[in-house]
Amino acid sequence: MTTLDGAIDKNQLHQSSHAIAHEHDEARNSMFGFVVFLLSESIVFLSFFAGYILYKTTSPSWLPPGVEGLAVREPAINTVVLVSSSFVIYIAERYLHKNNLWGFRFFWLATMAMGSFFIYGQAVEWQSLNFGFTSGVFGGTFYLLTGFHGLHVMTGILLQGIMLIRSFIPGNYEKGQFGVEASSIFWHFVDVIWIILFILIYVWQ
Amino acid sequence: MTQIAAESSNTDPHIHEKPLSWRRYFSFSTDHKVIGIQYIVTAFFFFVVAGIFAMIMRGELITPETDLVDRTVYNALFTMHGTIMIFGWMFPVLVGFSNYLVPLMIGARDMAFPRLNAAAFWMVPVFGFLFILSFLVPGGPAQAGWWSYPPVSIQNPSEQWLNGELLWLLAIVLSGISSIMGAVNFVTTIVMMRCPGMSWFKMPAFVWTVLAAQIIQLFGLPALTAASIMLLCDLSFGTTFFDSAAGGDPVLFQHLFWFYSHPAVYVMILPVFGVFSEVFPVYSRKPLFGYRVVVVSSFIIVALSAVVWVHHMFASGTPGWMRILFMFSTMLISVPTGIKVFAWVATIWGGKLRLNTAMLFALGGLINFVFSGITGIMLSSVPVDIHVNNTYFVVGHFHYVIYGAIVFGLYAAIYHWFPKMTGRMYYESLGQLHFWLTFLGTTLNFVPMHPLGLMGMPRRVASYDPEFAFWNVVASIGAFLLGMSTIPFLLNIIASWINGKEAPDNPWRAIGLEWLVSSPPDVENFEEIPIVVSEPYGYGKQEPLTENMGG
Repeated sequence: MTTLDGAIDKNQLHQSSHAIAHEHDEARNSMFGFVVFLLSESIVFLSFFAGYILYKTTSPSWLPPGVEGLAVREPAINTVVLVSSSFVIYIAERYLHKNNLWGFRFFWLATMAMGSFFIYGQAVEWQSLNFGFTSGVFGGTFYLLTGFHGLHVMTGILLQGIMLIRSFIPGNYEKGQFGVEASSIFWHFVDVIWIILFILIYVWQ
Repeated sequence: MTQIAAESSNTDPHIHEKPLSWRRYFSFSTDHKVIGIQYIVTAFFFFVVAGIFAMIMRGELITPETDLVDRTVYNALFTMHGTIMIFGWMFPVLVGFSNYLVPLMIGARDMAFPRLNAAAFWMVPVFGFLFILSFLVPGGPAQAGWWSYPPVSIQNPSEQWLNGELLWLLAIVLSGISSIMGAVNFVTTIVMMRCPGMSWFKMPAFVWTVLAAQIIQLFGLPALTAASIMLLCDLSFGTTFFDSAAGGDPVLFQHLFWFYSHPAVYVMILPVFGVFSEVFPVYSRKPLFGYRVVVVSSFIIVALSAVVWVHHMFASGTPGWMRILFMFSTMLISVPTGIKVFAWVATIWGGKLRLNTAMLFALGGLINFVFSGITGIMLSSVPVDIHVNNTYFVVGHFHYVIYGAIVFGLYAAIYHWFPKMTGRMYYESLGQLHFWLTFLGTTLNFVPMHPLGLMGMPRRVASYDPEFAFWNVVASIGAFLLGMSTIPFLLNIIASWINGKEAPDNPWRAIGLEWLVSSPPDVENFEEIPIVVSEPYGYGKQEPLTENMGG
């Protein structure tokens, strides 16, 4: 149908206008469905948050023995990187809208790098901690929340990787568009969840 | 279209297959009608399995002593009965009807995401058999009841890593994933894919109720998923989320579980409300009374359903102010449901009634629903609830809703749409026999549970005091009758599907898009997408339903 250069055969356009309308509908439906899914997914996080708040306010034994609290400095740097990546991915999308594929790829890859930095930072933090998953409800909820969120960050990076590869396949512009928008919305979602998580776990100590 | 099929018949035998071929029901089909029937038939299989568990339990309870099965086996039976009935029968069968009917009713060719739809269906046999296979692991299946409360559920008596409770949790999480995939699909289909002219208030009531039910799935089910993940960590990875000895809180599980599992009852009954709203007008030859109020009341139920869950926990150390709050919110539920009941009665009132099997089941379901609604109001009241908490009164109320109202509504739906789905008419006399056996069985089985509960007989016990014997014998007879009632049903369905009279497109002279297409409908549903011009349920009016297809 249409190529990446935007060259369209008029005859072809006439024949395929139905197909394009159909594909357009499909992309619209997919986007709607994806947002509905994310709203639903956010309830899993909300349930964990509710559990965390309940434990923190009512549990007779909150911090495990020998644990004073969490260091905030490194996670704060991590937070800044992750939140900034939401702006970087937005810039990448703008480049795609302007048909500048290389601009898109550069900033898209930058987002992936920032996400990976976040995961690396998380791993370093986990290694430095003197409590584990089974150290009472504090340890349990801490690793559950950061781990479940970390899985989402990794999923986001994976989705972005797929979109990056697809941008090199000619003729994929139309179809890739939904994937790009969806993985970008997913990234913003992961970001917002992290901000709540950061406030709950690190700021509110 | 026919030409294309004829041309390709030499090269590709798959396309050549007539839509009637039974083989496609065993394939990874993406046709919503095939998937719908796959769901319904698979669910019915699990209905029979869990029904057999119930027969064994009622066989045990026919005498006060423990003589038929071991106590631990009894625990496993009631756990798997409840679990399989809800996750293997109720949800799948309702999703099956929704799958079959929603695209036809809104004038769409298929669901929004056909492949996702098929994937969601094929998870049902997987998690269903996971439940059944858990009988084979050491220590047997989960024994903590269908709500799986800690600390009972995290005790792991067999001390094996692979235990029944673990399989139970895995199956629940799988079921949840399947349901969320379905819910995303339904909501997208209904919001985005209605045919031209099908505005919100031209949508059939059934579609409204499916939308309402699936929205509950979307906001409620993740809470159960979260609870299951935490329970799984406690059971298998040594965390202490629900272990009060180590700072955890078992009541948190109850909150998360009921935040979903009370609204889950509305997920089950809302589509049945939709079935009632479809069936009564057809066989009364009158428009649905108060259509707009009826469809909007479904959404009032959705909103209220999010704030009633604590009524399951009045006896869980819940503070007084919370009890009062949730008592009132629970009582409020009777307002939108009462509106519906009055609307149905007003629809039937003065109508030209046709008492065929579908209508009988709908009427029976309505009567049973009113009964269960009254005991529901009783239970919402804190003093009554504390008194009958964990007794057979709760079991009786619950089964009156689930069997008396929902299963009756499902049977009504099966009979009403059977000619459309199969292109065959069912045998009316067998259907009537099925109805009367079911009605009698339901009454005998579940009414005695109410006096038993008031007398103080606890639920989930394999033996009991001899003073409870009389009502238990009655209940057991009712249960065996219910078991028998499925025989004429199965005979009817199988015989008429193979050999029944051919059904016309619209055997009930019903109004609705699904009745304007052939029985069974073509793969693409509509030759031309319909353009809807009038409101549904125009019985007694002379307006066509669509601009281009008549009706």
